[in-house]
Amino acid sequence: MSRDNDIAVDIQNVTKMYGGFAALKGVSLDIRDNEFFTLLGPSGCGKTTLLRAIAGFEEVSSGAIILYGQNIADLLPNERPVNTVFQQYALFPHMNVTQNVMFGLLRLGQDKATAKNRVGEVLELVQLSDFADRMPGQLSGGQQQRVALARALAPSPKVLLLDEPLSALDLKLRQAVRLELQQIQHQTGITFIFVTHDQEEALTMSDRIAVIEAGQVQQIGSAREIYEAPKNKFVADFIGETNLLEVNVTDLDTGRGSCILPGGVQITCPAAEGAHSGPGHLSVRPERIAITALSKGLIQGTATRHIYLGTDLHVEVSLVNGGHVTVRMQNSTQIKIPEVGQSVGLEFEPDSARLLVD
Amino acid sequence: MAGKNLDLRRFPGFLPLTLLCLFLLYAPLIVVMGYSFNDSNSITRWDTVSLRWYYDVFYGVDAPKFKAAALNSVSIALMAATSATLIATMAATAMLRAGRFRGKSVSFALINLPLMVPEIVTAVATLIFFSALGFTTGYLTILIAHIVFCIPFAYLPIAARMQGIEAVYEQAAQDLYATRFQAFRLILLPLMTPGIMSGFLLAFIISLDDFIITNFVKGAGIETLPTAIFGAVKQGIKPNIMAISTLLLVVSVGFVALSYFVGRMGGNAKPTTTPKGD
Amino acid sequence: MAAVPHPNARATSDTYIGFGVPLILPAWVIIGFFLVVPVAMMLMYSFLTKEFRGGVIWEFSIAAYDQFFFDRGLFGDSPPTIEWTYISIFWRSIWQAGVATFFCLIIGFPTAWFIATRTGRNSTIWLFLITIPYWVNLLIRTISMKFLIRDNGPINEFLISSGLITEPFHIINTNLAVQLGLFYSYLPFMVLPIYAAVERYNFALSEAAADLYASRTVTLTKIILPAVKPGIVAGCILVFVPSLGAFLAPDLLGGAKTFMIGSLIEEQFKGNAGNWPFGAAASMILLSLVLIVLTLYARQQTRDQD
Repeated sequence: MSRDNDIAVDIQNVTKMYGGFAALKGVSLDIRDNEFFTLLGPSGCGKTTLLRAIAGFEEVSSGAIILYGQNIADLLPNERPVNTVFQQYALFPHMNVTQNVMFGLLRLGQDKATAKNRVGEVLELVQLSDFADRMPGQLSGGQQQRVALARALAPSPKVLLLDEPLSALDLKLRQAVRLELQQIQHQTGITFIFVTHDQEEALTMSDRIAVIEAGQVQQIGSAREIYEAPKNKFVADFIGETNLLEVNVTDLDTGRGSCILPGGVQITCPAAEGAHSGPGHLSVRPERIAITALSKGLIQGTATRHIYLGTDLHVEVSLVNGGHVTVRMQNSTQIKIPEVGQSVGLEFEPDSARLLVD
Repeated sequence: MAGKNLDLRRFPGFLPLTLLCLFLLYAPLIVVMGYSFNDSNSITRWDTVSLRWYYDVFYGVDAPKFKAAALNSVSIALMAATSATLIATMAATAMLRAGRFRGKSVSFALINLPLMVPEIVTAVATLIFFSALGFTTGYLTILIAHIVFCIPFAYLPIAARMQGIEAVYEQAAQDLYATRFQAFRLILLPLMTPGIMSGFLLAFIISLDDFIITNFVKGAGIETLPTAIFGAVKQGIKPNIMAISTLLLVVSVGFVALSYFVGRMGGNAKPTTTPKGD
Repeated sequence: MAAVPHPNARATSDTYIGFGVPLILPAWVIIGFFLVVPVAMMLMYSFLTKEFRGGVIWEFSIAAYDQFFFDRGLFGDSPPTIEWTYISIFWRSIWQAGVATFFCLIIGFPTAWFIATRTGRNSTIWLFLITIPYWVNLLIRTISMKFLIRDNGPINEFLISSGLITEPFHIINTNLAVQLGLFYSYLPFMVLPIYAAVERYNFALSEAAADLYASRTVTLTKIILPAVKPGIVAGCILVFVPSLGAFLAPDLLGGAKTFMIGSLIEEQFKGNAGNWPFGAAASMILLSLVLIVLTLYARQQTRDQD
């Protein structure tokens, strides 16, 4: 399906206060039509609050939530054409699968026959057609999750909200369901807003990701953008692993800057928007650093530890000026692994490093 | 380690005291039940086992009196329990599902007030109230008084059950376009049914068993089962009193047990997920 | 697994927010109108004049309280002396309730301890056994106690026929009978709170005490009792307060010499010899006593929590 440029959900400067505590601080972002959009962040960052605000279970203290051009911030949850897949699934325990999935349709005024047809459609979509008569208590976790999904999809909402729906599933199941969710999103064309704290999930499933921390949006972008070009320390550290080198920033231009590395070498490299001169941080991913001879390295240090991870080997290097760096080496027979205590040089492509906003 | 634990939990003499306690609690009741099956006319000499006195309760001289009293007791209990359950359900919804409202903290004290005021004080106050307003004492005054003290008893199981039902179900219902009233009727109420039935049964038996308040506000012309039994006892303990006491005893225990088990039906209304090593 | 709740989050259970007042209204109306108002009227009645055939004349007077405390009236020719009759009835009631509470404590504490230290399933079974008798109607329970201890009741019959005594052991109509009756009526109220407290007791404390050379008695008095004190206090209150205003036990098991508050009050409202204002006054005094005890208890609770 082609991607429209319509904005499905426009969050405009939303703030949510609980007494003196700000759960959301001036959050603004656009979610496009037919997009798989993820809100990513650690526990307590506000991502669930934002989702619930879109669903209608939290009143915003200020700001607007525009759904396809209509401000829904003052509407009750049952007045919004938005449906939620709850984290605990919340399948009605006293109703069977069909009755659960049919619930929204009946409330919207459909007659039982039409509703039942639709239920059949959706159950087929989630591959649970054989379970139509079961009670929720008789289903496994993965099956319950699919019923919750079917129930939310049945009324054909404009936007589907998913609140960490995979967190209760075990790993293998989670990976299978991730693919299914993506497929369903493509098939139905419904805009998905997905909340998770698992960055791997976010990176594999999303069209775009909004990284949220302490009630504020840190960065919005595609998986690649966020990983390769993190704006600040939080994003660089939260997504994947990175090394944060303490540097002295000397020059700044648009998108690029110069800095002095620990040990004195000066390099020029990409810089995030908003970086400033003076003491700062340089982000270099462990897989971008190579171990070389002492004299050839941009930085010098001593190998202190090996961490064996099967496919990889992580080597921790302690720097001359006190900081430390993790280097990721492939576990291959061809590459020479430095001994613990050995002095080594570290080299990397300056273009793969990034000066961050502090 | 385990052996040491057991040692520290045991105190000499506590087991015999516990057994004594149980004996003291059950002995009077068992004796009454035993004698109710005694064929002898006297209640002190033991004769053969018979159901004579049960027969007497239902068909003997005092039977019409007891029957009328029982009818009053049961009908009052039914109506009082129904009213109390209704009021208690609404009150529980207000206390547990309606956020903050003016007078909420006082409301909790109010609901429990009938439990804190000594029964005899409630009885006197109620009598004075009806007398001052010119209500003639009788069936209606008993009923009203019963509704008042049944409310906290119905409230307890209902509130307990409601607290155990997570609000996420009603939210899911609203997410799926149900109005709040629909969410209440289609989701909360069905899930609460065991608690409501349990509250009803408890209120029923509390009303059925009441003596002091009933005795005060009933006036002269009407009897409930407990007041009839009390009146009979005042004239001396006859064997048929043993029989009717046993009957009432069995009914009381039966109802409370029923209330307990009904309340535990319907499982736990948990949101259905079992975390797998999250 | 569940989303971490925000520190000051509004409870997510406020589904029917805004409907609180209409929903709680029926309870307010019923309890307010048929309990609070009556108690207020009772207070008012205690300051009225008595009508000969029961009921009241609407004329202000403190005769009721006067009669309670003083024998010749506050306003008379000679200075008033304290009327002890009624005060002594109250005092006796306090005494009886106290003794009953003591009995309950002596038997109830070991029982509660024993039940609470049983493992898992057994604990529940024992608990059931203790509470089932309580499910029986209070009237029936009191009647059965009366039946048991009367002069020609089964106990005496057994004792006489087995030759242990020659004359019936006279228990009925004595203070002891009333105390037994109260004990029997309210024992589970002592056991249950203590059970709950012992259940929460951390046995590591006992182990620590033993490790530090304490004997079992010392552990009991210095470690265990202070730890379960809240349960004990709750149990005592739950037995003492109802015993104070009890009617059935004193009436069925006691006699003229064991007159208690409950019977005193009841007497004022039966038949033509009654004195309604006096009964109302006595009820007010009882209610005040109970409220004082409950307030002290509540105060101590909040103090303990600091």
